[in-house]
Amino acid sequence: MGSVIAFWILAALVVGSAVGLVVRRNPIHGALFLVVNLGGVAALYLMMHAEFLAAAQVIVYAGAIAVLFVFAIMVLIPGKEETGPDPLRAQRWLAVPLGGFLALEIALVLRSTVFTTSRSPATVPGGVEAVGRLLFTDYLFPFEVTSFLLLAALIGVMALTKRKAS
Amino acid sequence: MDPEARKVIEMGYGGAERLTMNMGPQHPSAHGVFRAILTLQGETVVGMDAVIGYLHRCHEKLGETLTYTQYPSIASKTDYVAAMSSELAYVRAAELLGKIEVPKRAQYLRVLVGELQRIASHCVWLGTWCMDMGGALGGGATVFLYCIREREMVLDLFEALVGARLLYGFHQVGGTRYDLPAGWVQTCRETVDFIDRRIGEWEDMLEDNDFFLARARGVGVISRELAQEIGISGPLIRASGVNYDIRRAEPYSSYEDFDFKVPVETAGDCYARYRVRMVEFRESSKIVRQVLDGLPAGPISSRPGVKSVGQVRIPKGEAYARVEGPRGEVGCYLVADGSAKPYRMKWRGASFSNLAVLPHIIPGHKVADVVAIMGSVDPVFGEVDR
Amino acid sequence: MTDAVDAFVAGFIVLSAVVGVVTYVTLLERKFAARMQSRIGPYRVGPHGLLQPIADALKLLMKEDIVPRLADRVVYNLAPIVFLIPGMLIFATIPFAPGLGVADLNIGILFFLAVSAMEIVGLFMAGWGSNNKYALLSAMRAVNQIISYDLPFIFTALVPVLLAGSLRLSDIATAQAGLWFVFYPVIGQLAFAAFIITTLAAENRVPFDILEAESELVAGFRVEYSGMKFALIQLGEYAHMVGTSFLGALLFLGAWAGPGPAWLGPVWFLLKAMGVFLLVTWVRWSFVRIRVDQILAISWKLLLPLSLLLLMATALVVVLRSGPGV
Repeated sequence: MGSVIAFWILAALVVGSAVGLVVRRNPIHGALFLVVNLGGVAALYLMMHAEFLAAAQVIVYAGAIAVLFVFAIMVLIPGKEETGPDPLRAQRWLAVPLGGFLALEIALVLRSTVFTTSRSPATVPGGVEAVGRLLFTDYLFPFEVTSFLLLAALIGVMALTKRKAS
Repeated sequence: MDPEARKVIEMGYGGAERLTMNMGPQHPSAHGVFRAILTLQGETVVGMDAVIGYLHRCHEKLGETLTYTQYPSIASKTDYVAAMSSELAYVRAAELLGKIEVPKRAQYLRVLVGELQRIASHCVWLGTWCMDMGGALGGGATVFLYCIREREMVLDLFEALVGARLLYGFHQVGGTRYDLPAGWVQTCRETVDFIDRRIGEWEDMLEDNDFFLARARGVGVISRELAQEIGISGPLIRASGVNYDIRRAEPYSSYEDFDFKVPVETAGDCYARYRVRMVEFRESSKIVRQVLDGLPAGPISSRPGVKSVGQVRIPKGEAYARVEGPRGEVGCYLVADGSAKPYRMKWRGASFSNLAVLPHIIPGHKVADVVAIMGSVDPVFGEVDR
Repeated sequence: MTDAVDAFVAGFIVLSAVVGVVTYVTLLERKFAARMQSRIGPYRVGPHGLLQPIADALKLLMKEDIVPRLADRVVYNLAPIVFLIPGMLIFATIPFAPGLGVADLNIGILFFLAVSAMEIVGLFMAGWGSNNKYALLSAMRAVNQIISYDLPFIFTALVPVLLAGSLRLSDIATAQAGLWFVFYPVIGQLAFAAFIITTLAAENRVPFDILEAESELVAGFRVEYSGMKFALIQLGEYAHMVGTSFLGALLFLGAWAGPGPAWLGPVWFLLKAMGVFLLVTWVRWSFVRIRVDQILAISWKLLLPLSLLLLMATALVVVLRSGPGV
């Protein structure tokens, strides 16, 4: 019973903060809503006894959010809400069909999946050992590809900023 | 967000990713009431405007309304960290103008208090400078407290001599107002020896400290040319490779009798300024010892003691006297009209001229360096604003 | 249901103890700093100034609460709380003695590191919400510093994890029954030194206290805070520091191991944590602050590669010692 209540509170928090993130025009407030959102998702992971995922989520996104803050201040002029004419006005019309398509997709996925609650928490692959084992056996190739991609991004950023500075 | 807030923020950013930041006049490292308007690009200072005048007390006008007997104790209040040197500049100007002889003993006493004052003033400088770099909640405060502890000992000496600890009124036209009390010479010797040892401790503490070196070396370089162009003086110009010390260049008050070294460094950065002052500490105590050894007997003043405020009258004319204060050349320009008060007086504050170098050297440094450089210049705002 | 009650009671006790310890840690630091500076320190309130922290707290409670007119009000008011939460949460996984703790998670140390990194959010909210340029600069510095020092901090904290072979904090503590990790040849000392340095940076202590930098940025992100909000920020900062000291004592100094009966364990643990705290304080009162670019250079050019190397060396040692195929 307690966990159900907690789930609904967290779910409301996650959805509410996601809405806030989209609706707020102040980028800093948006970033703060994102913090709440990611924290809520981490708490949901914790409820599913996937402690490692929760911790990883928080560690990774703490840094990510911090960078986002800096971007919000440096790139968007802070305090100035984005109120000017939208340069990509035409794309707005694409939002409706794309949104509809996404909703349809989610609905189809939800319909076709069978949810079970029979698995005991201990066997859920969310622990450190389980994640580690999966990463270094079944998913070794995607894991390496991802790390390579991130490395490329890192070097790319360095090259770009260097060129701009000189 | 509040539209007013938005306006304030946009103004601050100047629309070009630049931030205008006021440092001071109410700021822990303003060394009093200095206002630096910094233009920042990120953490880097790209422009600096210096605003002074928050401590203006009409000293020069006061000089016209007070007599030659009264003013020396007010002169202390221009540079309150080194009160003895500004007093000396004033009485020397009056003596030059009135062609008043100063007895040898008085001249030696003036050198004695002047050098003790240099030690006390450099103690304050080292402490506050380290506090600027290290913070009141960090290692800087430790150095500050050590330095202040040693300065207290010098102030105790002054207290025994004059009765005051900060603003003395020790000098008077024609000599000094007080003679050494009994036992003072011995205490003074012990104090100077003790402080000499402590200076060694400070040097060990700071010069083996990589963080201190990282903050001081190569920061705030004043080139020789810039130093001469701006007309800075004292330890600053000596740290930029110019061998210029008024005690040597134009000896006053029998400085030619003493053997001392004028330290010169060529790097011109904060560390060079630090080195120059550390050597000056030692040279000052050397001079103090020589004075105590060779102190002649005799009167301490060629004029009688104070009986009325208007008793000193200076003939018509004008004179400029300068002395080497702890911060550089302290000059006093007097125009006399034959009465008991000067017709016009003008101060040349060492800090005022030294401060003018800041806008030239600060741009290009980080915010943290601003306070480090300012501390190494050692301004006293009583002297800047007068 | 009794589980939940138990958890609440345990949490309450730990939180109260933490607040008490943190309050008195400020007195400890002040006394220690005073001795270093040949002063006496707080002496007037109570015998040897023992009531000073309480007097300070009362004073802060009674101060006027000032909100700048142009502050981002919600963010400004929330910031002290958001800042305090991670400082308190990190105590959740620390076992103070075998079986004595709120929650001995199987990823205890990751939880600690994750929560501890969230400090940046409260910091940034305070810096941004104050609408003050000093605070804003401080917040930007905070982001720079935390991004730079999180990685070395995590890497050095992972060295004991590798040696113990577990992420659970109590396992790491018991793994040191024979040999404290700080005495582990070469690796232990290097890791401990790196841990102390990164702790200094993560806790924003001198010489890395560029966020606060009272000689440049006055008080940095908390320049506009007064009264109880200021007290909350201070509490959060010191709680974080005490928590990290406990972590250091646990990771390297054998946690509750020590002579005497078992019930002395928590006392030993506290003493060791205070030892780490005093070490950090000692550094604080003997160095000057370094510049932001120098701090970043130290992290990226020195600490990050070295801690990574150390981690790899540790992994190698562990593999060699236990043989292949584990």
